[in-house]
Amino acid sequence: MANILLKPVELLGRSVTMFWSTFVLFTAELGSILLLLCSAIKQLVLPPFELKNTFKQVVEIGIKSLPVVLITAVFTGMVLALQSYTGFKRFNAEVMVGTVVALSITRELGPVLTGLIVAGRAGAAMAAELGTMRVTEQIDALETLATNPVKYLVVPRFIAGIIILPSLTVVADIIGIIGGFFVTVNVLGANSSVYWRRTWDYLETSDIYNGLIKACFFGASIAIISCYKGFYTSGGAEGVGKATTGAVVLSSMTILISDYFLSAWLFK
Amino acid sequence: MIEIVDLHKAFGRNHVLRGANLKVEKGESMVVIGGSGSGKSVLIKHIIGTLKPDSGSILIDGVDIAKLSENELYETRKRFGMLFQMAALFDSMKVWENVAFALMRHGKLKEKDAKEIASEKLRMVGLMGVEDLMPSELSGGMKKRVGLARAIAHSPEILLYDEPTTGLDPIMADAINDLIIEMKQKLLVTSVAITHDMHSAYKIADRIAMLYEGRIIATGTPDEIKNTDNAIVRQFITGSAVGPIKIEGVTA
Repeated sequence: MANILLKPVELLGRSVTMFWSTFVLFTAELGSILLLLCSAIKQLVLPPFELKNTFKQVVEIGIKSLPVVLITAVFTGMVLALQSYTGFKRFNAEVMVGTVVALSITRELGPVLTGLIVAGRAGAAMAAELGTMRVTEQIDALETLATNPVKYLVVPRFIAGIIILPSLTVVADIIGIIGGFFVTVNVLGANSSVYWRRTWDYLETSDIYNGLIKACFFGASIAIISCYKGFYTSGGAEGVGKATTGAVVLSSMTILISDYFLSAWLFK
Repeated sequence: MIEIVDLHKAFGRNHVLRGANLKVEKGESMVVIGGSGSGKSVLIKHIIGTLKPDSGSILIDGVDIAKLSENELYETRKRFGMLFQMAALFDSMKVWENVAFALMRHGKLKEKDAKEIASEKLRMVGLMGVEDLMPSELSGGMKKRVGLARAIAHSPEILLYDEPTTGLDPIMADAINDLIIEMKQKLLVTSVAITHDMHSAYKIADRIAMLYEGRIIATGTPDEIKNTDNAIVRQFITGSAVGPIKIEGVTA
């Protein structure tokens, strides 16, 4: 009898403990990421500056992500136009397609989709590379060669993330709007001058630059999270795998969650 | 030159170093022996300051390395060279860039001059014509040699060797031993090596220290160690499974 009564209490206790330990782990990880961020910012402002390394990372993250970003952006613009055209037709508002595409892409889909792509491509690569360097003692070797590994490895990736994400977002914005135009005019047969007029009439510069501010934040988050995951890898090849997965999951979650709060704050 | 005083270090509940004491004179070649998991690597990482002690001190020429600021620590590290167990070459760089890394970073040398010095250091470790290869194209023994060339490139005063012969065939291992002796004679460096390869220890050491249960339990010249009465040291150097040393995870 007593057992039956105790069972729910035990279950409750267990779940509270589990929730608590997850919370503690999460807080500890967040703290470590912020510490790495502080140390990276400190190393960022102190000379010598890692220009060559930063340039290499810009090319690595930026140029190589470009094709995927282009394809994603053009098809997103296209499907957005297709869906809103057929939907808006129901209440005779299909002239607004240009506006919908432009606002959705610049404010939301441009930065977020670019962020998710870079998280999946470059974030994974950063975590895997730094993780492998950690488990093969290459990071220790940097230390013994009197080189601060945060300065040498993290700072260039951090700067590259902040530069590259908004740049790719600008490209995604343009290509997305062109994709929407192509479908609206060439596939659905709408008037091209109406599309452009509706695009420019309602699009404000703040839509574009607030989108780019979000992109900067996403770039910084992806870089610091992925570097953190790689930098503190342990446990050999399996550890590198876990670090890579962790980097992509945590960066993507951070993008999606922070996107809401950044949007609420930026687009008042 | 190097003096470790009452060094303690624990990782969680695992108390690895429990009051280790060790003194290495200038120009001396010290070999620290001990079983797997005895804390040899932890000890050597404290000497170069990549781990901070829980208590105790590591004095390099009288200066406690654990108390240095970040910048002072990086300055002090320029006096060190370290050869890693798996060589730890930077796999994104060519062989010569690996060797010249510290020179180009701290010495502000031009690429051409740095490459020339790298070639010279590579010749010193018996390698020629590998400058433009990637580390992944090298065999294990060659990687160790490149690692050694990188460690000596900036003419350090102190060389640290982390298991220099582990993972090599006996002939290659002996060639590395010869190189270590040659480095000592040519460069007049102070060196600390950790190993469990007794053949290598006898060959390269001026003195041998045995690390057991977090403390240095014996030090002596190779001859003294060979003829020791200490039962623990005897068991280790003769490589016997029976004796006072408990094998981890195995119950009698």
